[in-house]
Amino acid sequence: MKLPPLDYICPATLTEAIAALAAHGGNAKVIAGGQSLIPMLAFRLAAPSVLVDIGRLPDLKSISISAEGIDIGALVTWRDIERDARLAQAHPLLAAAVAHVAHYQVRNRGTVGGSLAHADPAAEMPGIAVTCDAMLTIVGSNGTRIVRADEFITGGLSTVLEADEILISIRLPLWKKARRWAFEEFARRRGDFALAGVAAFYDTDAQGLAYNAHIGVIGVADRPMRLPGVEAILDGRRIDAAVILQAAAVARDAIDPADDIHAEAAYRCDLLGVLLERALARAADISLSEAA
Amino acid sequence: MSDVAKFLVGCAVERMEDARFLSGSGNFADDLAVDGMLHAAILRSPIAHARIMSIDASAALAMPGIHAVITARDIGDAIPIIPLRLAPLPEFEPFRQPVIASDKVRYVGEPIAVVVADSRALAEDALETIGIEFEALSAVTERGASENALFDFAEDNVALRYDAGFGDADAAFASADYVRTERFSVQRHTALPMETRGLLAEWNSSAGRLVVTGATKVTFYNRRALAQMLGVREDDIDLIEIDVGGGFGVRGEFYPEDFLIPFAARKLARPVKWIEDRREHLMAINHSRDIACELSLACRSDGMMLGLRGRIFADMGAYIRTNGGVVPAKAAQFLPGPYRIPNVSVSVEAFMTNKTPVGTYRGPGRFEANFFRERLIDMAATDLGIDIAEFRRKNLITEQELPYPIDGLVPYEGPTSYDTGDYVEVFERALKEIGWHEKRHLQGKLIDGVRHGIGLGCFVESGGAGPKENAAVTLEKDGSLTVAVGSSVLGQGLETVLGQIASDTLSIPFDRIRVLHGSTTLLDEGFGTYHSRAVVMGGSAVLDAATRLREKILQQASNHLGRPNSELKLVNAKVVADNGASVSFAALAAGRELQADGTFSNDVRTYSYGTHAAHVTVDPRTGAVKVLDYIAVEDVGRAINPAIVHGQAIGAIVQGLGGVFLDHLIYDDQGQLLNASLADYLVPTASDFPVLRAVTLELRPSPSNPLGAKGAGEGGIVAVAAATANAVAAALAPLNVEIHHLPLTPPRLWRLIKNAHARAITAA
Repeated sequence: MKLPPLDYICPATLTEAIAALAAHGGNAKVIAGGQSLIPMLAFRLAAPSVLVDIGRLPDLKSISISAEGIDIGALVTWRDIERDARLAQAHPLLAAAVAHVAHYQVRNRGTVGGSLAHADPAAEMPGIAVTCDAMLTIVGSNGTRIVRADEFITGGLSTVLEADEILISIRLPLWKKARRWAFEEFARRRGDFALAGVAAFYDTDAQGLAYNAHIGVIGVADRPMRLPGVEAILDGRRIDAAVILQAAAVARDAIDPADDIHAEAAYRCDLLGVLLERALARAADISLSEAA
Repeated sequence: MSDVAKFLVGCAVERMEDARFLSGSGNFADDLAVDGMLHAAILRSPIAHARIMSIDASAALAMPGIHAVITARDIGDAIPIIPLRLAPLPEFEPFRQPVIASDKVRYVGEPIAVVVADSRALAEDALETIGIEFEALSAVTERGASENALFDFAEDNVALRYDAGFGDADAAFASADYVRTERFSVQRHTALPMETRGLLAEWNSSAGRLVVTGATKVTFYNRRALAQMLGVREDDIDLIEIDVGGGFGVRGEFYPEDFLIPFAARKLARPVKWIEDRREHLMAINHSRDIACELSLACRSDGMMLGLRGRIFADMGAYIRTNGGVVPAKAAQFLPGPYRIPNVSVSVEAFMTNKTPVGTYRGPGRFEANFFRERLIDMAATDLGIDIAEFRRKNLITEQELPYPIDGLVPYEGPTSYDTGDYVEVFERALKEIGWHEKRHLQGKLIDGVRHGIGLGCFVESGGAGPKENAAVTLEKDGSLTVAVGSSVLGQGLETVLGQIASDTLSIPFDRIRVLHGSTTLLDEGFGTYHSRAVVMGGSAVLDAATRLREKILQQASNHLGRPNSELKLVNAKVVADNGASVSFAALAAGRELQADGTFSNDVRTYSYGTHAAHVTVDPRTGAVKVLDYIAVEDVGRAINPAIVHGQAIGAIVQGLGGVFLDHLIYDDQGQLLNASLADYLVPTASDFPVLRAVTLELRPSPSNPLGAKGAGEGGIVAVAAATANAVAAALAPLNVEIHHLPLTPPRLWRLIKNAHARAITAA
């Protein structure tokens, strides 16, 4: 499990990094924390001829909170998010989701940008990005473009990133105070990839009715996705047990996962329904007496 | 210097190894580096069953830094065959593994070629360029696929069948009030020691000698095997044991690489190092536990057990390796467990498949057998309306019935008997610890969305295999003591335990004792570490050697002090006479070498025993199980170091819970191993099961050795599946779910609940 032969460059500026990527065509690969790429190289599942290490690029390691939103640099690690005391208020859903990411060692090195660019269908960060309508800033030879998260991820482990482009930051829209939310996931061991996960939030109007419902799921398809059918059920309703059960039933039918060595498809469908019930109950602060 | 006024045996002495390990000063296989060292990587079969038509290594050989590509052709016409170390039944002989594939490959991971290069990375680069033309054959992945024989000489894939037993099971079943038969299975998994296997082989051309560092477990046996394969004298090979990061039965058996790496070193006349990466480890090291069982129990209506019939079906993988049929034979032998069952009949069928070969893993066969039997006991008790604790109490062998013969269950072993113990008292202790009387009303109860279950599992466990062990002790000129033993140290704390024994016998401070172990350079012969034998056999040999040295010290001191032996005492590294005169050990050792050899021969096995109890909750909607409380109670006869025994027990429970919930080597129907990485092969980590308890008792010492010790390394694992699966089954009993098969993954439990629910609807 040694890496295949490859070159390594560590540019000092974003311009140099993009130039290096452009110079190698599709044979270069960006590396940041290396928590997905290095194992893939060790298994020789990926064989780029050069690694472009963006670890020393300036300005990609900050989390800033402004009137426009929450900007997170691509090199921010899970540990950075965990340690940022502002996020518990500023974006509790993000903080809750990131608490489930991997184990200590990975959390110290794995980055937000790396997770998004890797686009694992069970990973938390792409799930949060898609759920929250995050906007991703990408810089390449042809300049800068901004892409919405659900358009950024195009399938399992695939994104719109061109060979000469680098994802440099993600912006999450501002989080409303008093927003109702919950994150639920189920993994075999703490820190493992989720068999299924749900990120949910909605706002409530003066009458206590839900609007702006966002329901995102991970681990149940080839990419993280929103469940518009479920959101439609929630919007305009008071979130009570009956609505929650209806939403869960729709969620179970809305996905079509494949069997794999970890779980049969029917389990994932049912699990997603259970997780959604629990997430919505927690968001609405009601208790569902679960019949079993 | 520490005070030796009190005896260390029986005390929780801090391990002498710990400072070394905790400070990063251990010396493991991958720490080895010598001048001129080359690195090997193994080309392993990517397919499960195929003929090898051709191998083209020309591109690899042309790469810079590549020194050799060794295939079967380079080894010669007669490819060495790995011998059967244990259970050498003649039926297994033709199924033994050659050290390298020549005409056929029979499992994914079988060695086909060895690349030796300047670095491991270069060797792996070269592996990718070797072209092999295969003619694929159908893969056999389950029992009964006889149309595709793995071996040309064999009509089918059954390597061995036998029947064994005692009493008259047929008559017992015919006359019984109650009979129940169920099928169970335990999934294929493996021990997963933290350190993978690794070797450094150094061939000295001028002396014609070979040194292999990184050996362990059964070094003397392995040296003999290697000498025969290489055609050199045993004396010309040294197998050196350094620190070992876990063995658990799988590490240290003779594997193909134990020949291939020394062979490469001799061929190239260069030191060659090989260390297994985790991916190869999962496909190359012995797998285990892959056993199915049809088990029948006959009882009187009052719950008295009358007879047991068991049929063991063991998937042995593609070859029979060193452990022969130990895994299925022990699964059959331990089916009756600690119960009074007068009529037992067992059968064993060991069959071959295109999977990695099977070997022993901590508690081989016992983990499985206890799961099968204890599950069936719960079912029978429930059918008969008898409390599960009362059912066991009624059938446990009483102290008055010991020794209790269990002859005739293993065809290659002589008579043997459970030795000493109070099975009932230990059982009651476990009930008390888990709070059985207070908590039994929780069985199956749904509280806050999860169902509670409490499970019990009783066991008896053999240890201390013969035939003998050797030791030597030397009083060094500075008054310190060197202990050498034929037992292997695999990280279990044996250095400390042997140091305690020597310290007590010779009144030498513990910190003045050095323990050397395992290497073939230390003694003329050693027997190694397996079957929980290192303390029983090695410890007794050290005791013998130290006792002999004590006599020599006394004799020497008697001459020195001019007093008779009867007036002398050993006190804190001195010999003190009744008249107050004294002489230090260092002074005595300066005069002449003081050394003694010791040995302990014994073929009588020890039988530790105990009860495990588990309290779990199951989330019936997700299938998630939480272990709320776990207690393992075991009588080990005598615990030389209770802290070490406790650590063994807790670690074993964690490892066992891995086998219940997580560890699973998954193959597809093409014989591909689907999860050869730790991303997909799930193993419990230190934080996964935080609430585990173990109680070590010393109620009844072993009569077979002077220490009174019984094996203590495996009792912590052997009843984990039994107790835990019973707890899960109890939790789900209201949902009409029964547990027959491991692992208990959330999706499997969910599926069982769904199916039971669907049955209930259909029935209604």
